[in-house]
Amino acid sequence: MSIVIVGSGPAGYTAAIYAARAGLEPVVIASSVEIGGPLTTTTEIENYPGFPDGIYGPELMERMRAQVERLGAVIVPDDAIRVATAGDIKEVETSDGTVHRARALILATGSAYRTLGLECEKQLVGRGVSYCATCDGAFYRGRPIVVVGGGDSAVGEATFLARFASSVVIIHRRDQLRAAHRVAARAFEEPKISFAWNSVVTDILGAERVAGVELTDTLTGARRELAADGVFVAIGHTPRSELVQGQLNLDPEGHILVEPGRSHTSVPGVFACGDVVDAIYRQAITAAGSGARAALDALGYLESE
Amino acid sequence: MADLPAVTDQTFDAEVMRATIPVLVDFWAPWCGPCRQVSPIVAQIGAEHPGTLKVVAMNVDENPVTPQRYNITSIPTLNLYLRGDLIHSIVGAKPKSLLLAELSPHIT
Repeated sequence: MSIVIVGSGPAGYTAAIYAARAGLEPVVIASSVEIGGPLTTTTEIENYPGFPDGIYGPELMERMRAQVERLGAVIVPDDAIRVATAGDIKEVETSDGTVHRARALILATGSAYRTLGLECEKQLVGRGVSYCATCDGAFYRGRPIVVVGGGDSAVGEATFLARFASSVVIIHRRDQLRAAHRVAARAFEEPKISFAWNSVVTDILGAERVAGVELTDTLTGARRELAADGVFVAIGHTPRSELVQGQLNLDPEGHILVEPGRSHTSVPGVFACGDVVDAIYRQAITAAGSGARAALDALGYLESE
Repeated sequence: MADLPAVTDQTFDAEVMRATIPVLVDFWAPWCGPCRQVSPIVAQIGAEHPGTLKVVAMNVDENPVTPQRYNITSIPTLNLYLRGDLIHSIVGAKPKSLLLAELSPHIT
């Protein structure tokens, strides 16, 4: 086998498309329960070129998967649990015990959602705390909820959740949204949505179920409570690089470091793309673009060997 | 899910509460992506425990009563019942190894 790709978001799938078309017969380690990556839990995507009317995230990823499979890549629906990058032959072990070996390795492992980091948060997951608006929104029909965050995901989710909830409060630590203009405008127009600016969640109230949140004003330090049945958290992501920690150079946040403008990591034969390298853009299209680069870089490496 | 026998609000008592072996109920909905990925794993776990674990699925869109009774606000939720008692709850899609680690203390 010449190439193994870990990850099945836009970066991993695009790398697979390019590698498959180059005749490399790539194997894609696609995970067991997150095949297709984070876009599978999003709603409508308006900024991916080629879909003038928008496309739903799950459908986009199903189409990418179909393209990958049609071109002859093998998709393994299992989780990578160990990666060995040293030497000429790279290894990826999956949780069923299989060791996939290849001369080139592309890491497209993406990122995981960031939690608030509050003690009570874990206990209340599934009892009012959620990280997936599309999964859980319908349970909050006619009930008050809050969304934590001010980026595209948070604000887009708030607008989606307003279909169900009686009210949605967007809690943001700054005094303006980071979300794209169109996304923000839709939230401002939605009568069910209001905003708690300059505020951070310092506690989630409720023992058996979420009853509300405690907010602390970032400017004055003043604390107040806000009643809510649901808390949707969308405050960003952390790169998933645990499997290569100590093997590849990472930045302090855990992103895999690659050569500027390229996809080469600190170990020859190992390439990285998508959100696991990207601290800035984190878009489906930039991930896809970097996946193409990684496949072409890997192809160059294999040819020069 | 298609791979799992369905229970409804009407059949829940007979199929789950009065069962003599542990029953794992997969609460899901057609619009939930992670649910579609975890259900085949639940089916596998059921097939690997014949006679000691029963696995079923409940569509929360069509059956509002039971999810509300158990305060389900996230899907997928996997609830394990033994003789009418909820003895373990798993929220969110997790890999098979983690599901088994959580379930195995309760199933023989």
